[in-house]
Amino acid sequence: MPITYTSGEQIEVYRFSIPVTVGVPLLALFLQAFLPRRFPFFSIFDLPLLVTIFFAMARRNPITGLLTGAAIGLVQDMLGPYPIGIYGIAKTVVGYGASSLGAKLDVENAGARLLVTLGFYLVHQAVYFTVARGMVNLALHWSWSREILAGLANAFLGVGLYFLLDKFKQRT
Amino acid sequence: MESVLGRYRNLTILVGVLFLQVLGLAVQVKRSADTENTRLIRIWAVDLITPLERGLVWAQNGSSNLWHNYFFLRGVRAENRQLRDQIEQMRLEEVRLSEDATQARRLQSLLAFKEQFIAKTVAAQVIGSSGSDLSRSIYIDKGSNDGIAPDMAVITAGGIVGKVLHVYPSTSLVLMINDQSSGAGAMLEKSRLQGVLRGTPNGELMLERVMSDETVAVGETVLSSGGDQIFPKGLPVGTVSKVSVGKEMFLNIQVKPAADLSRLEEVLVVTQKREREPVAVSAGRVRAADILAQRLPSVPEKPVEVAGTVPVSGATVTAAKGLSTGAKPQSSNSGKLATAPAAGTAVAVKPTGDAQGSGVGLKKVAQKTAGGDSATADGLGSAGSNRVLSGSSNPIANPGANPSASLSPDSGTNPAANAAPKATVKSADSPAKPAADGAKPMSTPPNPQPPTTEDNPH
Repeated sequence: MPITYTSGEQIEVYRFSIPVTVGVPLLALFLQAFLPRRFPFFSIFDLPLLVTIFFAMARRNPITGLLTGAAIGLVQDMLGPYPIGIYGIAKTVVGYGASSLGAKLDVENAGARLLVTLGFYLVHQAVYFTVARGMVNLALHWSWSREILAGLANAFLGVGLYFLLDKFKQRT
Repeated sequence: MESVLGRYRNLTILVGVLFLQVLGLAVQVKRSADTENTRLIRIWAVDLITPLERGLVWAQNGSSNLWHNYFFLRGVRAENRQLRDQIEQMRLEEVRLSEDATQARRLQSLLAFKEQFIAKTVAAQVIGSSGSDLSRSIYIDKGSNDGIAPDMAVITAGGIVGKVLHVYPSTSLVLMINDQSSGAGAMLEKSRLQGVLRGTPNGELMLERVMSDETVAVGETVLSSGGDQIFPKGLPVGTVSKVSVGKEMFLNIQVKPAADLSRLEEVLVVTQKREREPVAVSAGRVRAADILAQRLPSVPEKPVEVAGTVPVSGATVTAAKGLSTGAKPQSSNSGKLATAPAAGTAVAVKPTGDAQGSGVGLKKVAQKTAGGDSATADGLGSAGSNRVLSGSSNPIANPGANPSASLSPDSGTNPAANAAPKATVKSADSPAKPAADGAKPMSTPPNPQPPTTEDNPH
């Protein structure tokens, strides 16, 4: 599982065109809202989270990463029935963490991406549960087995998705 | 200070962004009843996503309809035949049920029982969800432009679905009953125990606040109780799937939803409820003895007694005075007229059920004389035909049915039938008269036989 520590000079920073920057998160949000009604098992995936992690790791800029995460999370909150900000906070933390990690580690290969996505999925869920229980008083129950299974499912989907999204990368 | 901020610039911005979101969240939680604060930004997000969903649903339905309605029609004929048979069966069942409904309505009116009726609904299509498995909510393609308002009940033919949470011009967000933040009043069908229906984080449905000393059977139906002022009373909610003793002396009752909440496609939004007291159908004056006699086991019918004859335009009508309290169940739903198969044969004519249903039966005998015509006292005669006609006694299906009135479709063809009715019904006993004039049976026999007919069941 080669996760190599690299210096800042060795790491490539990518950027994306505006249509991709706007369109891909919107498409992820749309699919996340649309597909679970047709395929209930799909609700285990969190496409907006995967997109957040991808953009954050590719740009390797913590500020851009956290802002991307905040924007995607807030829109996801707006589509749900609960107060706005729960997903926003969770994805802000993930965006910041993924971009900070991307700046330090080479996360271009599939194995690294799998582990990073699994880790950030768990971080995301932990922050979400904390905020939802602590502030909104939602009676959520943490289940390690469920979260790890869901994390693995998201990680595998993420690896495939990242390779697809790699095609939109533009070198700086 | 500046150097510290510059050094930890990223972290400072992170903390700032998080702080702003926490602050916004706190404001929303504090004003949880006021959803208007976030309405505008929710509209932006919904307007961004739902048009795509609507378009995709439209395209999907269009292609599906094209395939199923024009190309894939295999087995439609057989299905059509099956459905026709089913309709016939259901019609027979309907007759029985409407009798029961009439009786129930009358009893409810006695208790001044108030009911909530669904007066108006709007059909809507499910176009999307909130996109999270931690919340259970759906988007429908109808909004305030279609008369949808918050807190309206959303149902399907199967059972209740949820309530309208947020309304936008052309879409609405529906909070389903299995969401952990939703709640509804529910009761068990048989035991009538009431409880609170709540969702769980896993999307299951629980009936809470039922004391642990109560007995609840697995498989029992759960209905809406109407106590929440959202769902009308009596709508199916689901069935009890698991019962266990919980905390604080309450039972943990898991309910399997009647509606398939994970695969909803179309729903109905209850836009108008009407509360009314059921209107009882006037039954006239009915003697207690008649009601009692009707409920008691019946005595086998006696042979027809011939009481007298009345000549009617070439035909002889013999009216038999017969009081048949405790009429057979079969005869309460249908009156039969048997015309004479051969000259000189006595034919028993049972009147339509209204008279019998009230506990008073009329027996008339039409004696066929020369000419081969048979005239009936209640105008059901079908001259010269050897067939049995059946008149429905169902007060719903045949409102205001009067056995003394002409019910026969071909009564007009028979002068005897036209002339006979009211002149010859005088042979009926006096208690039969008020009952016959629009009287409705007080009760339906436990298992009334479907009308036995040869030509047409109705």
